[in-house]
Amino acid sequence: MKPAPTLRESMKRLYPHVRPIALRLLLGLLCALAASVMALAIPQVLRVLVNDSLTRGGSASGVWLAAGLVLLLGVLEAALIALRRQFVIGPATTVETGMRTSFYRHLQELPVEFHDRWGSGQLLSRAMSDLNLMRRWMAFGLIMLVVTSLTVGIGVVVMFLTNWILALIFLAAAVPIMIYGFRFRTSYSRVSRRSQDQAGDLATAVEESVHGIRVLKAFGRSGEALDAFNEQAEQLRRTEIVKAKSLANFSLVVTLLPELALGASLVVGVLLASSGQVSIGALVAFFATAAVVAGPVEFIGPLLAMTFTAKTAIDRHYEVMETRNPITSPAAPARPAEPRGELAFEDVHFRYPDAQDAVGDILNGVDLRLRAGETLALVGVTGSGKTTLVQLVPRLYDVTGGSITLDGTDLRDFDLADLRTLVAVAFEDTTLFSSSVRDNVLMGARAESDADAEALLAEALEVAQAQFVYSLPLGVDTLIGEEGLSLSGGQRQRLALARAIAAQPRVLVLDDPLSALDVRTEELVEERLREVLRGTTTLVVAHRPSTVALADRVALLQDGRITDVGTHIELLARNDHYRYVIASLTEEPVDLDSGYDDEEALA
Amino acid sequence: MTKAAQRPRRRPGRKSGPETTEGAAPAGVSNEDEVLLDRAQNRSVRARSFRLLGALIRPNRRQFVLTIALVVISQAARVAGPAIIAFGIDSALPALIAGNPVQLVAAGGAYLLAAVLGAVLTAGYVRATARLSQAMLLDLRLWVFRHTQRLSLEFHEKYTSGRIISRQTSDLEALRELLDSGVSSLASGVMFMLFTAVTIFALDWRTGLLILAAGVPMFLLARWYQKHSQIAFRSSRVVSAKLIVHFIETMTGIRAVKAFRREPANAARYDELAEDYRQATIRSINLNGVFQPGLVLIGNLTVAVVLAAGGFRVLEGSLEVGALLALLLYSKRFFQPVDQMALFYNSFQSASAALEKVSGLLEEVPTVRPPRNPVALPQARGAVEFRDVEFRYADGPQVIPPLNLAIPAGQTVALVGQTGAGKSTLAKLIARFYDVSAGSITLDGVDLREVDAKDLRRSVVMVTQEAFLFSGSVAENIALGRPDASREEIEAAAQAVGADGFIRELPEGYDTDVNKRGGRVSSGQRQLISFARAFLADPAVLILDEATSSLDIPSERLVQEGLQRLLGQRTALIIAHRLSTVAIADRVLVVHDGEVVEDGKPADLIGGTGRFAALHAAWKDSLV
Repeated sequence: MKPAPTLRESMKRLYPHVRPIALRLLLGLLCALAASVMALAIPQVLRVLVNDSLTRGGSASGVWLAAGLVLLLGVLEAALIALRRQFVIGPATTVETGMRTSFYRHLQELPVEFHDRWGSGQLLSRAMSDLNLMRRWMAFGLIMLVVTSLTVGIGVVVMFLTNWILALIFLAAAVPIMIYGFRFRTSYSRVSRRSQDQAGDLATAVEESVHGIRVLKAFGRSGEALDAFNEQAEQLRRTEIVKAKSLANFSLVVTLLPELALGASLVVGVLLASSGQVSIGALVAFFATAAVVAGPVEFIGPLLAMTFTAKTAIDRHYEVMETRNPITSPAAPARPAEPRGELAFEDVHFRYPDAQDAVGDILNGVDLRLRAGETLALVGVTGSGKTTLVQLVPRLYDVTGGSITLDGTDLRDFDLADLRTLVAVAFEDTTLFSSSVRDNVLMGARAESDADAEALLAEALEVAQAQFVYSLPLGVDTLIGEEGLSLSGGQRQRLALARAIAAQPRVLVLDDPLSALDVRTEELVEERLREVLRGTTTLVVAHRPSTVALADRVALLQDGRITDVGTHIELLARNDHYRYVIASLTEEPVDLDSGYDDEEALA
Repeated sequence: MTKAAQRPRRRPGRKSGPETTEGAAPAGVSNEDEVLLDRAQNRSVRARSFRLLGALIRPNRRQFVLTIALVVISQAARVAGPAIIAFGIDSALPALIAGNPVQLVAAGGAYLLAAVLGAVLTAGYVRATARLSQAMLLDLRLWVFRHTQRLSLEFHEKYTSGRIISRQTSDLEALRELLDSGVSSLASGVMFMLFTAVTIFALDWRTGLLILAAGVPMFLLARWYQKHSQIAFRSSRVVSAKLIVHFIETMTGIRAVKAFRREPANAARYDELAEDYRQATIRSINLNGVFQPGLVLIGNLTVAVVLAAGGFRVLEGSLEVGALLALLLYSKRFFQPVDQMALFYNSFQSASAALEKVSGLLEEVPTVRPPRNPVALPQARGAVEFRDVEFRYADGPQVIPPLNLAIPAGQTVALVGQTGAGKSTLAKLIARFYDVSAGSITLDGVDLREVDAKDLRRSVVMVTQEAFLFSGSVAENIALGRPDASREEIEAAAQAVGADGFIRELPEGYDTDVNKRGGRVSSGQRQLISFARAFLADPAVLILDEATSSLDIPSERLVQEGLQRLLGQRTALIIAHRLSTVAIADRVLVVHDGEVVEDGKPADLIGGTGRFAALHAAWKDSLV
């Protein structure tokens, strides 16, 4: 674990984003400074005007002049405030939006392995509230921190010019504040980090409770889910209280010490004045300035807190942004002229990056060759790594050893987008997006014209036996997915299949694509699939003999290796494990010597 | 375990909350995406939003009052400072010169006291504000969570998880901003203005009236701001929810996004939404950019008017120059807090827009409601009966035509039929995921709608094809079936369904986190875990809806063995495409278009010539 970056390091990361708007930030800062000078000046101007130009029996023009001047200053003050906002806010939101969209792009690029580890709630909190915090700090906190520091600085100088002894007493208070400030930075940053992380986890918990609502309802466990959520929310609340206490303690010091120093200055000042070492006028002036400085000093606490929170937000943002994406396109991608679709696994090893050392590779030397246009079924017991293996083909994960080649070219030498055009997948757990049936099915399709697209759509739906979509309220334009009509498991699976078919890939990967279909429908799908798949290299994960029937050959995955390849009949005849996995519902593998008799096995 | 349930204090205003809206039917989330509402709708969502705010304050009103009191007192302690300095210079100094140090000591002491008091109270209100704000946020979080859990599946099938997340995150964030900064700035601002106004009136009532007159343009400006910012903030809420929904959808479907190269299209859509969000944000900020300087301007104009009016009176001789100066300075000070007030009003408008959305969600009424007079059914036997049951989804076409069906306790029934025949609907009706549109379903003779919710959930359990695992260990996920189960019982349940073997091979066995550290489980394994869950729950009626679809044959075989044990005494309803499961059924129901077209013992039906015989033959063929 890297040590947390310092405040300066964190802010530096922001610099590239800030540079284009630096000028406007500066202008905004100047406006803010001018406005605060104006606010301070108006009372002084009033005093001078009233004392000098107004006397009993004086001329009316003096009054008009004074009022006009005050009016002018007032308009100027309001204008400066408006200007500051104009200068800063637009650019700050542009920076925010730019960071947000690049964050999203980066997340889309990051490998599936990253998303396995990160809950989407946690990512969302970084995309939304963290960047929001950052923008506010940039548009307001940063500028106000500078203005406030300058105001205090100038005020202290003025106090020194008025009376250095009293000013020294006042300044003495700054030393413990600075020391305490460092402690505050450490403690507040730590707790603000914790609170932002917990808020992200809480969002993840909400997401889970909604996605798992069927299970929670089926078992009547909403109460338990609420308890768990309550505990998490309560933790966040406690963290927030600790955070507030930390800020409260700092505010206490920041308000108390200068005031104590002023109390001491009052006593000392009066003593000095009584012995004539300081004039009463100077004394009054000193305290008048002190009063002006007191406000900004108190403001420093919340502003620093805001700065530290923004720092945490920036750190959280860059933690994700700086996560390297290991699955990228090569600099000079290979572009085979005429892809045939010959897929070969050569001594493929794979282990998940977070697997424990003691655990062996989940894929431990897979050798397998799919001829161009061939359909190969992949069979193995639950958890043997079939899904893992097929996910390597579109490079959702990269092999950790050995290689996979398509027409002799290593998958890693392809441009990612090209590869994923050549390879289409239908997943076991179907993801439909909130969009129309048409968009969902044609997601990976490349059609020259609308007519082509329509034909493609019709064919894919027909092959996948998904004609039910035509009887939906708006036919293929019906909105489905989370925001649309909800479909049954079997319906979703058929759309996912149609999607993979419509992509017209060279290599089709089907991960148990027919599990939710009834026998009749499955038969129909298979019949049509066999026609369509002629010429498409297909790797299909199969749990059932009926799915295996699609395939020309079958490969058996066992203990991370392919232990046998052959036709269904061959494997049934010669491989115990295969029979155990696929063939029968009898208790034990059938004895080889007695020969295989399917009638007997089924009985 | 049921901590939250036992804490009534954390249940804000159930009766007075936005759940009870008089008059027109509550809109709920139906107009959630609309920004421009007609007058009546606008009034009703506003009122709903305020009611929610009130309902949140009510249980925390003591903390609320305490916080405001702290703000007011600390403000007073701070005002004392300059007065003591004035006293020190004006009185203590001459006294000291005259040889009397008592007043100086008094002034010094008083100043220190005021300083300590002021600082302690300031720190106090920082804490009190956080305590109040966090208490209210926690209440609302739990309230929303509880409510979303209570809402029926029908609702969840339309309302996306992204929207709920957006309600629970960015909308709550808006409320938090109001509570964190708004309350104290409002209270201190009002106090300050009040004190100053009193002083001005005491000095010269005519000037006081002038200041009051400034209230008219300020009010008009505030009205203008209110009208426009309401729309701006509302649209910002709408757009931010869309942004969040899209974000969540991408992240949860990342595999498909990558496999089908959706990245560029998604990024373009996200850019568009993010830009909309930026525009909405800018619009609301710009409104405040008019409002806030506008208030400052009105304040400054008033000072100029006070100067002019007072100036002429000085010329006439009816006002002292010193008095005018004091009046002017006070007038200037009077308008100082308008900045903060603008800030407060800004966050108030933003929070109200957010609460409009949250309260809309809370206004949704679950279509499946807990019984008013629940009938306890602690030991259900499991006899299920459909009496003239009809069903349609909302206003949709009829899915189940009138159906009569009796399943005696202990019977294992297989539901067979083509995809979309209505099998799952029947199953969901028994589990009371939906309520029947007509007729009734009874459990042991009691209408499901009257069975105590807890007893119903204990008696009827449904396992579906999508076996969802929550983050946490494997053991925790199984324990969902019965939270008080011991480790032995959990392991026994896993053994019974044949899940024990693979679980023990996971890096940390039963303690493996299913989301982390090599705990990836295949969908077949997920189904096994969810089977173990059901086994542990030990219900009187068990519904298996395609619960074995992803299992391979060896696992299914193991499950099958466990299943026979599992089904022993209980009523079971099995929906499966693989007819192997049907072999263990006592009875088969063939469903077609929501109707039971065949009903009999498996052997009898297989021997017949009906649909089941045909299905069974097809299935047998598929096994080779």
